[in-house]
Amino acid sequence: MGSDDVLLQRLEAGETLAASRAMSVIERGGPEAESLLEALHPKTGRAWRIAFTGPGGAGKSSLIDRVIARERAHGRTIGVVAEDPSSPFSGGAILGDRVRMSHAQGDAGVFVRSLASRGSETGLSALAGELADVMDAFGRDLVVLESMGVGQVETRVRYMADTVVVVLTPEAGDDVQTMKSGLLEVADILVVNKCDRPGAEALAADLKSVAALRERSRGWATPVVQTSVTEDRGIDALEAALESHRAFLQQDGRREARRREALRERVRLLVEERVRADLWRDPTLAARFDAILEAVVGGRTSPHRAARDLAAAREAAAPNSSHHRR
Amino acid sequence: MNRPIKVLIAKPGLDGHDRGAKVIANALRDAGMEVVYTGLHQTPEMVVDAALQEDADVVSVSILSGAHMTLVPRVRELMNERGLSDVKLIAGGIIPDPDAEALKKLPGVAGIFGPGTSTKDVVAFIESLFTKRK
Repeated sequence: MGSDDVLLQRLEAGETLAASRAMSVIERGGPEAESLLEALHPKTGRAWRIAFTGPGGAGKSSLIDRVIARERAHGRTIGVVAEDPSSPFSGGAILGDRVRMSHAQGDAGVFVRSLASRGSETGLSALAGELADVMDAFGRDLVVLESMGVGQVETRVRYMADTVVVVLTPEAGDDVQTMKSGLLEVADILVVNKCDRPGAEALAADLKSVAALRERSRGWATPVVQTSVTEDRGIDALEAALESHRAFLQQDGRREARRREALRERVRLLVEERVRADLWRDPTLAARFDAILEAVVGGRTSPHRAARDLAAAREAAAPNSSHHRR
Repeated sequence: MNRPIKVLIAKPGLDGHDRGAKVIANALRDAGMEVVYTGLHQTPEMVVDAALQEDADVVSVSILSGAHMTLVPRVRELMNERGLSDVKLIAGGIIPDPDAEALKKLPGVAGIFGPGTSTKDVVAFIESLFTKRK
């Protein structure tokens, strides 16, 4: 408890090493991480969080680098949490996002932290959100979250940030792919990056028509911005889109509503995680499970019936079963 | 629970060849480590900034330019100044044996790997740095 306070004090005083070590404590998990996050939580909520997501190779890191340069020119301090996939075979990872972020180098106003996904199946893990909390408490004005490359289904990201930027490229696929992509539904800003390549105009037009369909329900017209990092085009338009989304959220309590929704989702997932972990540690359930599985394999009961019986048996035993662990 | 060993691989100095650094990065990844690769043409200040922000357990610098006798001690010195005295430093690249012997004697330089080192040896060496620690 005392060590958390010291670390937190140093972190709030602006000591980079303290922020960095705090992130490692959280990465390592366990009771130390929980207690630090508990102390940290009241210090969070000030930073603006922007998530960049999209397929691998869409140019997210390079685009973030340009946004960093613009935001620094406005005098904002920045924290970046960049997630890359862990190898499912070795558990190791190569985290290469820093290479593209040259504007971060040699500037104390930019703090970049790389994170391996460690088996998380979403583009941004819950851990990325917790590291963003540290950046927030560390006093960064802006926290940029870079997801690893994602496919069509990535909706959790909307709970991770105030503004979600989805980055696509002309190679992303035809308009049907675009229509069915869950990614579009979470976008506050759509970017067609590498717009110097053929097909950019057509993709942008498709995206605009999809975005227009959604405008009425949200009161926000999702802008479609074409950018090219190599030709330094469209970065000002992206910056303007970020600013106008920020202004939009600042009206009518929208930001608070969004933050509440994000926290609700976060707590919900943590509850599920806990219940699930407790569930399979229950020895009576395990014994019952093995017995009933035999009946399922032998055709004497169905999977659904087995599940219903197991859940009912557990519920009946619930009042005194969940307190004696840990 | 614990985090895998986190290694920052950096190329301080002016040489533009990072094939060796990438081979090492892949080998460490395949051994289950988390490797942050930072790219070419880094100053010692940039390398140490990155190590600080990433909270790496090991900083591994790859130097082919011949400037190792300057760069390795400078990186170590900056690491100590910035509060990273507990972080290990290793170096690899074109480092002649007599220089390697001299660098190994410096306090806080854990290992030097010259031409012809096998990736297995590097992996085993880094793992050995952490077997005693929990």
